[in-house]
Amino acid sequence: MALISYRKALNDALAEEILRDENVVVMGEEVAEYNGAYKVTEGLWGRFGSKRIVDLPISEGGFVGMAVGASMLGVRPVVELMFWSFAYVAFDQIINNAGCVRYMSGGQINCPIVIRGPANGGTNVGATHSHTPENLFAAMPGLKVVAPATAYDAKGLLKTAIRDNDPVMFMENTLLYGEKWEVPEDEYLIPMGVADVKRVGSDITLVAHGRAVITCLEAAQILEAENGIHAEVVDLRSIRPLDEETILASVRKTHRAVLVEENKPFCGVDAQLAAMIQEKAFDELDAPIGRISALDAPAIYSPPLEKIQLPTARRVVQKVLATC
Amino acid sequence: MYRIRRFEQTSLKAYNAGKMGGFLHLYTGQESVAVATISLLGENDHVVTAYRDHGHAIAVGMTMNECMAELFGKATGCSKGKGGSMHLFAPDKRYWGGHGIVAGQTPLGLGIAYALKYKGIPGCCLTYLGDGAVNQGVYHESLNLASLLSLPVIYIIENNGYSMGTSLARSSAFKQLLAQRAEGYNICWDQCNGENIYEVRAKTQAAIVRAREESRPTVLEIATYRYYGHSVADANARKYRTPEEIDHYKTYHDPLLLWQKRLIDEGILTEEQATAIDYEARAEADAASRFADESPFPEEADIFKDIYSELDHPAEGENAPRGTFFFN
Repeated sequence: MALISYRKALNDALAEEILRDENVVVMGEEVAEYNGAYKVTEGLWGRFGSKRIVDLPISEGGFVGMAVGASMLGVRPVVELMFWSFAYVAFDQIINNAGCVRYMSGGQINCPIVIRGPANGGTNVGATHSHTPENLFAAMPGLKVVAPATAYDAKGLLKTAIRDNDPVMFMENTLLYGEKWEVPEDEYLIPMGVADVKRVGSDITLVAHGRAVITCLEAAQILEAENGIHAEVVDLRSIRPLDEETILASVRKTHRAVLVEENKPFCGVDAQLAAMIQEKAFDELDAPIGRISALDAPAIYSPPLEKIQLPTARRVVQKVLATC
Repeated sequence: MYRIRRFEQTSLKAYNAGKMGGFLHLYTGQESVAVATISLLGENDHVVTAYRDHGHAIAVGMTMNECMAELFGKATGCSKGKGGSMHLFAPDKRYWGGHGIVAGQTPLGLGIAYALKYKGIPGCCLTYLGDGAVNQGVYHESLNLASLLSLPVIYIIENNGYSMGTSLARSSAFKQLLAQRAEGYNICWDQCNGENIYEVRAKTQAAIVRAREESRPTVLEIATYRYYGHSVADANARKYRTPEEIDHYKTYHDPLLLWQKRLIDEGILTEEQATAIDYEARAEADAASRFADESPFPEEADIFKDIYSELDHPAEGENAPRGTFFFN
């Protein structure tokens, strides 16, 4: 299998789906002539032209709403947000229109839209550009939320998201764009709602999504090398729908869990997971569920402090040692 | 227009009798706008509006039964009782709502126009908004995008003079003509009086031709007036404007009476026919009220339906829905 970057995997997924379905349109700021602010759409405009790859002005509320309206008539827009942080100026369109139109119309209207872009901190750009809003959007029934951690998952999940008839919030990570993983050349799809055990272990379950999965894998290596602890790493991949069974099966095996996310702790994704685990596997737990999240302040600019604000492998290791 | 007026009167009666809850934004006084503009639409033309949406719903051909039942929150409503007064939908009649957030529908209409152009369909999307919505940012973003992308959308500003309790003079810095702001976006605009149905139709038709033939947007401002409060829950309905002002409009500017008189003067309609139309409209509205009243409420299990297409139409085998979607 070829080693390709997370960025290229997304690019390939877009190109394949554009070729497959004439209704797929990629739109957003700088996606066409500029080749993408983070080069995810590089080369697509040259290959597919202005009808399929559409540059739009800085009007997230307007163009996200436009994409929602177009999707109601069967166009399948894949809208790039340069940062998911910018979704906040389009909040009404995402929550009230994309998220509620199917329900409020009694199921008469579909909204097959994908909104994608990076949703991460850790790049020295301060609080306004470092938001991780997966918990906000996952809190909205009607929306789906996906956060892949590898190139393989990114490609398979994006293709699934584009074919899905519901609005999918697809959250990427700029720190992963250049990282490479093995990706098959043959076409494949990854369903939403299916977690992936990224590392098998017997002593503790680490649950994460997005780049926190990579942090957990690093922590698991340290734990094995330094402490002889075998951590299992469960990658959610999809947050809503959520694969509760894979999480619970792992907890039943290891009897301990530490939940890791780059989100803030209060009302974070892992708050939901912790409630779910204690309710459904209380008797399986030999220790309280631990949580490692971003430190609970707006994202700090100062580079050395920003590094420790996000979960680090060392912080995960310490929490595991306190739990085991 | 009689059908809309009698529907609204009947719904107000039902509201006051406790048959429904929430908001009820009556269209009474504004009927000519929806009727004159929607009467021009063809099979490729679409409609989307805001929360004062009953008039448009009836004008596009929705039945009073499905609309009234929706107001009552009944399973027989157009949205199965899940949308309510502000969220009436009939995609089969190219009516895309019914949207509750001021100006939230303005980019949706843009998107419908985008889809028409993308698919090469020579149609347009009439996108209605009130005079309060023109000060929302997303409307201005939509105007810029409509002109920039050259989309067949027609924004119809139903200017009834009040955004809830705030008069136009107290809400818009540029007071002369709200539509004129379109100049800033290189969009053709026009203005007309909602009382004059011939004028409204002529100016709307010009916009429709511009949309269909040139794929260019238009902003059309139509002067109108609402007789009731912002919603029936508007406690100050008669405080931010004088009772005399309301009576003046009802007496001298009622679009329904003016249109009826004009048609009778022109020999198109007789008094007897007008009376018969009104009678039928009242009977239809009364029947709709009974239908809604006798209809069942949705079942508790319906709460979790119509949220995800994937669950409502589940695939089988390896593509079957996976994972947990709801968290109770």
